[in-house]
Amino acid sequence: MKNTNLSYMESVHKYGRIWGIAVACVLFAFPVALSLIFSTAPDFGVLLKGIFATAPMYWAVGIVEIFTYVPMLGAGGTYLSFVTGNISNLKLPCAIDAMERAGVKASDEEGEVISTIAIAVSSIVTTLIIIIGVICIVPLTPVLESPVLVPAFDMILPALFGGLAVVFISKNLKLSIAPIILMLILFIFIPALNASTVGIMVPVGVIFTVIVARILYKKGAL
Amino acid sequence: MTFNVNHPLLFVIVGAIIAIVLAQSAFFLTRAIKRAKELGLGEHIKKTVISAAIFTIAPAVAVLIGVVALSKSLGIPLPWLRLSVIGSITYETVAAGNALEAANMSAGTTVADPSIYITIAWVMTVGIAAGLILVPFVTKKLQSGLAKVGMKDKKWGEIFNNAMFLGMISAFLGYVFCDVGLIAKGDTSGLIPVCVMATSAVVMAICGTIATKCKIRWLTDYALPMSLIAGMASAIPFTMLLGG
Repeated sequence: MKNTNLSYMESVHKYGRIWGIAVACVLFAFPVALSLIFSTAPDFGVLLKGIFATAPMYWAVGIVEIFTYVPMLGAGGTYLSFVTGNISNLKLPCAIDAMERAGVKASDEEGEVISTIAIAVSSIVTTLIIIIGVICIVPLTPVLESPVLVPAFDMILPALFGGLAVVFISKNLKLSIAPIILMLILFIFIPALNASTVGIMVPVGVIFTVIVARILYKKGAL
Repeated sequence: MTFNVNHPLLFVIVGAIIAIVLAQSAFFLTRAIKRAKELGLGEHIKKTVISAAIFTIAPAVAVLIGVVALSKSLGIPLPWLRLSVIGSITYETVAAGNALEAANMSAGTTVADPSIYITIAWVMTVGIAAGLILVPFVTKKLQSGLAKVGMKDKKWGEIFNNAMFLGMISAFLGYVFCDVGLIAKGDTSGLIPVCVMATSAVVMAICGTIATKCKIRWLTDYALPMSLIAGMASAIPFTMLLGG
């Protein structure tokens, strides 16, 4: 058992690396290909300005995200999610829900495979829906931008995390009090915390909750 | 070649890259399904596949809306690629916005200069590449370190896992309340996300209760997508009532 265990996990890492590096190369080759096709170089002044305005924050968040999400996603889920994106608003809730229902943990091999299945299916479905959307973009645009539907899609995060919160808070009532109070205070009283900065607060919440959990665990309260 | 944001060749290239990304998911999916069968998780495979697929529909349509929004200035292929890989709607919109601003252009106008278009593509690619570049190199180390912790103390391993999920959920719950302070200024729109979250939570609680009391197992498989859709649908009347 142990040997096959090792070999599956080992192979996930091996192929995860190969695919990850290959996809990274392809994605970087895209802008290079554009230059070759249209025989034009990028505007380096604009490029530097744009990168300086974007990269520092998102690189910092990205690095912290790796450490926060890898333990929750499992290896296969990580290799897929960091390529296909939309982690906190789609892939991770999908994986958490699947593992919860199957009664498996991300740290075990059972959790690893269930998480990978959920994330792979979610990635494929997302990609296919976008493909259909792109093909039908002309008739779909007025529907997607109709004033009636706009509020529904604006509220996707509250709608998603309301349900997920019930599942996890009801199971870990004691542990959830401190982080929820902290986050409510931070988000209500610091105006800079909003939809675009919630990503930064995820690692803060995770680290804080793990510390609280450790203290409660050491005291024998959990 | 004459540049155009919707040049057919761009569709071909983007389509090819997306095919590679799809192939990666399919590769991991088939291997995980095979392994799940070996581990005796056969009964969970179908359920996981179906509920993951159903759950994904609404968030995926939200991503599609991002493609539509960005396509006005960048054409279809570039937003199609960017939103099918790595980024999220918030990131790609910010990155494209930063690049357009650096080029002194407004978000609504279609990019006509190939040099600016290529620059925007670079900014969107490089701006969020941290995960893409680092994940292949650090995931294994990180995972084996964590596995050791979990093996040493099984109970703590489980609590650690739950603590991480709760930490993430608490951050999003905090976000839901970020605009309630506006009530003091007479603006009730900050309550919309709170009401939406409450609706979704109530639907989830009802599903859970019915599933356990009446022993309807399949209901739990669809509880999350149902609470998501109910919450989103409730946003429509709540927005009318509380103002958007």
